[in-house]
Amino acid sequence: MSDRWEPVIGLEIHVHLKTRTKMFCRCPVAYFEPPNTQTCPVCLALPGSLPVPNRKAIEWTVRLGLALDCRIAERAIFHRKNYFYPDNPKGYQISQYDEPLCVDGRVLVPGPDGDDEVGIVRAHLEEDAAKTVHVGGAEGRIHGAESSLVDFNRAGTPLVEIVTAPDLRSPEAAKRFLQLLRQTVVELGISDAEMEKGSLRFDVNVSVRPEGSDELRTRTELKNMNSFNFAAKGIEREIRRQVEIYEGGGEVEQETLHFDPGNEAAPPLRSKEEAQDYRYLPEPDLVPLEPDRELVEQLRGELPESPSTRIRRLEGEVGFALAEGLVTSERDELYSRIPGDRTAVANVVMNELAATGVDPAAVNADELGKVIERRDVIPRSAFAEAVASSASPSFVASAFLSEAAISDVSELDPVIDQILGANEEQVAAYRGGKEGLLGFFVGQVMKETGGKANPKVVNERLREKLNA
Amino acid sequence: MIDTLRVTVEDALGLIERSEITPAELHRAYLDAAAERNDELNAYLCTVEDGAEGANSVPIALKDVVSTKGVETTAGSRILAGYRPVFDATVAARCKEAGLSLLGKTNMDEFAMGSSTENSAYGPTRNPWDPRRVPGGSSGGSTAAVAAGLAPWALGSDTGGSIKQPAALCGVVGLRPTYGTVSRYGIVAFASSLDQIGPVAKTVRDCARLYGIVAGRDPCDTTTVELTEPVELPEADDLKGLRIGVPTELNEAEGIEPGVTEQIARALELAGELGAEIGECHLPRSVEFGLPCYYLVAPSEASSNLARYDGVRYGLRSDPNGDVRAMYDRTRHDGFGDEPKRRIMLGTYALSAGYYEAFYGQAQKVRTVIREEHAAAFEQFDVLVSPTSPTVAFELGTRTADPLAMYAADVLTIPSNLAGLPGLSIPCGLSDGLPVGLQLIGRQFSENLLFRAGHALEQALAFDFVPKRYR
Repeated sequence: MSDRWEPVIGLEIHVHLKTRTKMFCRCPVAYFEPPNTQTCPVCLALPGSLPVPNRKAIEWTVRLGLALDCRIAERAIFHRKNYFYPDNPKGYQISQYDEPLCVDGRVLVPGPDGDDEVGIVRAHLEEDAAKTVHVGGAEGRIHGAESSLVDFNRAGTPLVEIVTAPDLRSPEAAKRFLQLLRQTVVELGISDAEMEKGSLRFDVNVSVRPEGSDELRTRTELKNMNSFNFAAKGIEREIRRQVEIYEGGGEVEQETLHFDPGNEAAPPLRSKEEAQDYRYLPEPDLVPLEPDRELVEQLRGELPESPSTRIRRLEGEVGFALAEGLVTSERDELYSRIPGDRTAVANVVMNELAATGVDPAAVNADELGKVIERRDVIPRSAFAEAVASSASPSFVASAFLSEAAISDVSELDPVIDQILGANEEQVAAYRGGKEGLLGFFVGQVMKETGGKANPKVVNERLREKLNA
Repeated sequence: MIDTLRVTVEDALGLIERSEITPAELHRAYLDAAAERNDELNAYLCTVEDGAEGANSVPIALKDVVSTKGVETTAGSRILAGYRPVFDATVAARCKEAGLSLLGKTNMDEFAMGSSTENSAYGPTRNPWDPRRVPGGSSGGSTAAVAAGLAPWALGSDTGGSIKQPAALCGVVGLRPTYGTVSRYGIVAFASSLDQIGPVAKTVRDCARLYGIVAGRDPCDTTTVELTEPVELPEADDLKGLRIGVPTELNEAEGIEPGVTEQIARALELAGELGAEIGECHLPRSVEFGLPCYYLVAPSEASSNLARYDGVRYGLRSDPNGDVRAMYDRTRHDGFGDEPKRRIMLGTYALSAGYYEAFYGQAQKVRTVIREEHAAAFEQFDVLVSPTSPTVAFELGTRTADPLAMYAADVLTIPSNLAGLPGLSIPCGLSDGLPVGLQLIGRQFSENLLFRAGHALEQALAFDFVPKRYR
């Protein structure tokens, strides 16, 4: 990418709320039931059915709005967004338009070089569409399909849409924001926010402009992002594409691109000429929402400490990368419970412990702390075993500390000499500058001793002998 | 044998109480009357033979816009032919709970769009006073059924005047309640911000009784509210202390027939004799802008409300083997009649990007002006009086070719509807042998006062509600 160009990125994120019932009826929110079993006259749009808003969904949206530092509207309106599609049973989606529930928020996204401030234009509540399956025909789309099946179980489930200002300046910043937002949502307990399950989806708006300019050029919309990493990749590719167009003297066209991670080109979905007119109309079947101010203040008081604040707090102890990792992987609570050297604890939590799949909440932190403290003097195998069983009710450190690692030089030296003698080529290579080979020698020694050698001592002795 | 033409609900309840008739026999009597006269009138789209099972009160007819569990509900449209709801509308459920048996579903203009019941996909309903004439609409099936003794009472729906105007043309009593007092849950929607369900009956007291059964907050319709006071059956014969306002613009509007004016004047004179104070007032902007405002608001909402009839889940599906767009187009082309199509197009246009502010947005502002103008009139008066319809029942086919002439039938009922106010139409005399309706408009939630005024006037007027040809 050319240095002369600055990316301008904005995000639209959809979060499924995990309320017990749907947004406008009392059907259960359940995604893995047989098709069309979680339905009623309201979510099937039978004639005469009317929506009744889900109080919990409104309350949760207010909580999210507060967490994003939004202003909670005194009066919010539901609108009808009109369009025809089989997954849209009423012929309109109940959404919010010019008077949403939450507006004008901001999120501080901690980065290695300070905070990125990302404006939140709005966070509003709406209902999800049904699910369509197109049988036959190309690309699984409705046009050209032999037949289409509609499952209304998902129809009318509550969704929050969050729209950011175009404040993000790099794919990494976008990814970082998304991770933080996801973590915020999960911690508020309002959504699973799992991309694989579709409970978190997002679209990205991308444009580029000459560095130093404050213009907003034509943007394109990337849809169907299915992971944060793919998103970062897709954004980067789109930035490159737009820069190439401008540098070739062309103009970027406003269009929606369907992101396919397996395919380098993002095929356009629709361009501007086909832009839909949704004929927004204030929903006459619903009265305006007027959130109770006392409730709003109560909810504000109940907000948990934000992930950003926690990252900044932990950064002083373990550095930015580990702090960010701990918070966005939901492991910082465990980290805080384990006593001992902060960096050592953080590393174990993020590496060995994460690899075992142990439930962080069930870990016996005090006992694990003792094991971490003695990490260097017990066999590596014993340490790994201790970490893996740290969530077991019978876990005690002493069971793993009795077996001391081999630290005795007189015992280790013959083994080391034997390994060096058997690998003369590698020794010569190391001495010729390939210092990365140290790990190879350590591995060989560990293998020979059945994992019981003290790696710290092995390292020291190997260096000494190789550099002699 | 009872005379279904003459007997009121109050009379029938007395007969049941004195065990002179059973609810099932009563139900049968009305079905027999329907068997005799419905072929000519086409007031019922369907009747329910076994409707009296479990009933302990009088029967009722419901406009076909009311969802009735297991009983076909078409809203007068081909697109809903064969549609049997799996649930009862709240008003249907409340009638059931009150022990009322369902006689049948009454004919209507398709999706309640019309003022003559000629827009029904199932043929027009005819006026019991003169079958060459229309019963009014869109609740013409309900008002004709009550006038012809095919039902003791009925529910209708009123968006721009669809209860009041046909009640006037059929010589029966009809109430359009305050917006928000009767649940719309299960009512096939036309224009949500205007639709209201209301009673049709032979007397004001019967009307009040039925309103008492169906009114009140419904958790399934968030636009409903609890009544501010219980519904009272009116007793008083006088109008002492009542201040009646006569809005000049509603009483001298273009197109009001002299015979209509004459009957209203006679009724006002009687009101004065009963002790009412009568004065002139003005609603200039409400009357001038009411009709155009209505024809932006109602079609806009209708264009959205009728989008669900797409052939995907229920009702008609044409061209099932084509592309989905072709299926939509064909289904809606075949399923909707001219009037819904006309209004869908009007509404779609009015809501389009770039036109919204000029049309729908502007209409909402005009609606506020109309509300304020009425509120000002009610600072001086308790009720406002005017003709319900500018004319008596007109002949079939005379307005179908001219939509604007048809729309003008509601010019006197639309302004107060836009303001969300209740209106009661009572018959006040005959002009050329056809009934003339008098409209009483009240403040929000003043139904009890409208019943009181309507009842006293009804007693004094002594209108015979049995059509002359049946006497």
